[in-house]
Amino acid sequence: MSATSPPPSPADGRRMELQVPRRSRWEEFWRLFRRNRLAVGGMIIFILFFGVATAGLFLTAGTQPIFDPALVRLQEKLRPPLARPHVDSLGAQEVPPLGVYLLGTDELGRDVFARMLQGAWVSLTVGFVAVGIAVFIGIFMGGMAGYFGQEFIRIGHLLWAVAVIAGAALLFSGIVAVGLLVGAGGVAGLVHNLTPKRISGRTQRSWGGAVLAQNAMRVDTLIMRFVDIMLCFPSFFLILTVVALLPPSIYNIMIVIGLTSWMGAARFVRAEFLALREQDFVAAARALGLGNFRIIFRHMMPNAIAPVLVSATIGIATAILTEAGLSFLGFGVPPPHATWGNILSDGRQFIFDAPWLTFIPGLAILIVVLAFNLFGDGLRDVLNPKLRERHA
Amino acid sequence: MIAFIARSSVQKIVTLFFVSIVSFLIIHLAPGQPSQVDPLNPKFTPEMVARYRQAFHLDQPLYTQYLYFYRDLFTGKTVSWKDNRSVLAKIWERFLKSLPLFIVGTILTWTISFPIGIRSAIARGSAFDQTTTFCAYLLISIPGFFFAYILIIFVVQTFQVPVIGMQTFGLNQSSVTAAVMDRIWHLLLPSVLGATGGIAVLSRYVRSQMLEVESQDYVRTARAKGLPAEQVHYRHALRNALLPFVTMFGLILPGLIGGSVIIESIFSWPGIGRMAYEAILARDYPVILTVNFVSAVLVLGGTFVSDVLYLLVDPRIRL
Repeated sequence: MSATSPPPSPADGRRMELQVPRRSRWEEFWRLFRRNRLAVGGMIIFILFFGVATAGLFLTAGTQPIFDPALVRLQEKLRPPLARPHVDSLGAQEVPPLGVYLLGTDELGRDVFARMLQGAWVSLTVGFVAVGIAVFIGIFMGGMAGYFGQEFIRIGHLLWAVAVIAGAALLFSGIVAVGLLVGAGGVAGLVHNLTPKRISGRTQRSWGGAVLAQNAMRVDTLIMRFVDIMLCFPSFFLILTVVALLPPSIYNIMIVIGLTSWMGAARFVRAEFLALREQDFVAAARALGLGNFRIIFRHMMPNAIAPVLVSATIGIATAILTEAGLSFLGFGVPPPHATWGNILSDGRQFIFDAPWLTFIPGLAILIVVLAFNLFGDGLRDVLNPKLRERHA
Repeated sequence: MIAFIARSSVQKIVTLFFVSIVSFLIIHLAPGQPSQVDPLNPKFTPEMVARYRQAFHLDQPLYTQYLYFYRDLFTGKTVSWKDNRSVLAKIWERFLKSLPLFIVGTILTWTISFPIGIRSAIARGSAFDQTTTFCAYLLISIPGFFFAYILIIFVVQTFQVPVIGMQTFGLNQSSVTAAVMDRIWHLLLPSVLGATGGIAVLSRYVRSQMLEVESQDYVRTARAKGLPAEQVHYRHALRNALLPFVTMFGLILPGLIGGSVIIESIFSWPGIGRMAYEAILARDYPVILTVNFVSAVLVLGGTFVSDVLYLLVDPRIRL
């Protein structure tokens, strides 16, 4: 990505003099990034949040956690932050480890600090797994559309694909034997059609074969139309519908958020790939006889990953907000896990008696999401080569 | 032009067809049955369930259900499973309730974000620019319902006005002014909340668009020949910077039906978002599917309108 000048060749003395001191990619990155103070602040909070979430995982997990987020002390409910526990009414196990309720207690007397610690990890996982899924699908789809986009899908391919889907549907509806047969036939047909064949002179094609080999549409068209279809759904409403219909589980939420937010990444990767595949280094790699897989992942992907990273950073922020919104509507991560969205939406009934139950998780979400957004935007500026020349 | 319109309409209709299939499958393949929403209700005998399933074609294979549903939708005969009322009538009624929110929110978004964006682009790097940048990020990052509660508490405690719902209950005998003011107070907070995200995003977009235009050669020329700064900014730069926003008129269309679920729940506003939310809770498939379908139509129609507008306003674009 960094357009540092090529190493001097001993034969070319004149160019040696023009050589600027070479900076490594990271030094260059950091030099540019440091100028954006908001982004640096965002990154520091980003790292701190990581630390807190990891610490939270270790401090609140296990059967005998140091901070127990599920410990109910009914006699100590709705104590304000920094309140001292009434030690005489508590068992030895129930005294908070710090000797004080750092962030108060909730309506069941659970330590909000412990719950926030646990929630940090849950929010982080929801954000990262959801965005991981989205980025994975996005890179796959975008890469296919960008790299193989100009290839044609033949009618035969479509038929075999229909057979695979029909087989899966039959399996799903309980007709196992027929389903397996149709599905396996479809897979075999697809594999047979897609494996590159050695060219063996002219082959006589039957009429049926000619129809099957007819070009139907480009790969690019297929994938981008699918992206258009996905973009037609109002995203929060779609997520809400699916989450409400599925049994409540933290994994469902991650998967659903991931499956409904990959379109941006796919578009970015496709756009980058369309530009990259025309460049000389890709032609060179192809001329060296490298496989498609190696060209895509070793040569093109590192050059196309920047906008995806940026959108992923901002996507994590969006996923955390979405989870909070779902929790608010009652479809969030189910009870044994505390998430910031959960604490916030439970706390809203006590907003006048115990404002800390609303404000602590609310501000925490605000700060973390803000940090991710600022960091992502700073990344975008630094990784954008057009802007870089202007700054430098 | 006509070729473009024809091609793009065909494309949109094909897309819409697949959207209808995908949304139908998502809803119907999800585990659970709409007839099992209330299994503990003693009135729900097995015969009742069977009759219910038969009345709404739930005992038929999926593709038949699909055909039935879209036939009913296009002939306007879809009924809600919950109360047997026509779905289109229900949506229309709720739409009229959501409309004021949408209109006020859109006006707020567009009137506030343009001055802010233009000003911060002209004074790039100034204190104003930095403050608005930070505020925009703040508004994007704040969880909507958290912000809503802060605003509600602030407004209720400062101005002593009621804000939840569409109007105060039992205010029929009061004077016209009082009733109108009451309506305005109830309308204000949800529309402001609905507009915050839009203001933050749109003002950033205006700013970057304006910056882009300001760095062009003809703006430098205008400045070089000694035109006053006002004229350069507003006559030369702004007019061209506004170009992409014409197309955004098309893109606000989907907002018509997208009424925010969360905001309408907080303010007990009986709009479309809330209706959709209640339909999801009750597994009222016709309502969910119709809302989904209508919003897909609006999304596609919106992109279509914005494409055509772009063609009309930008002579450089030829297809």
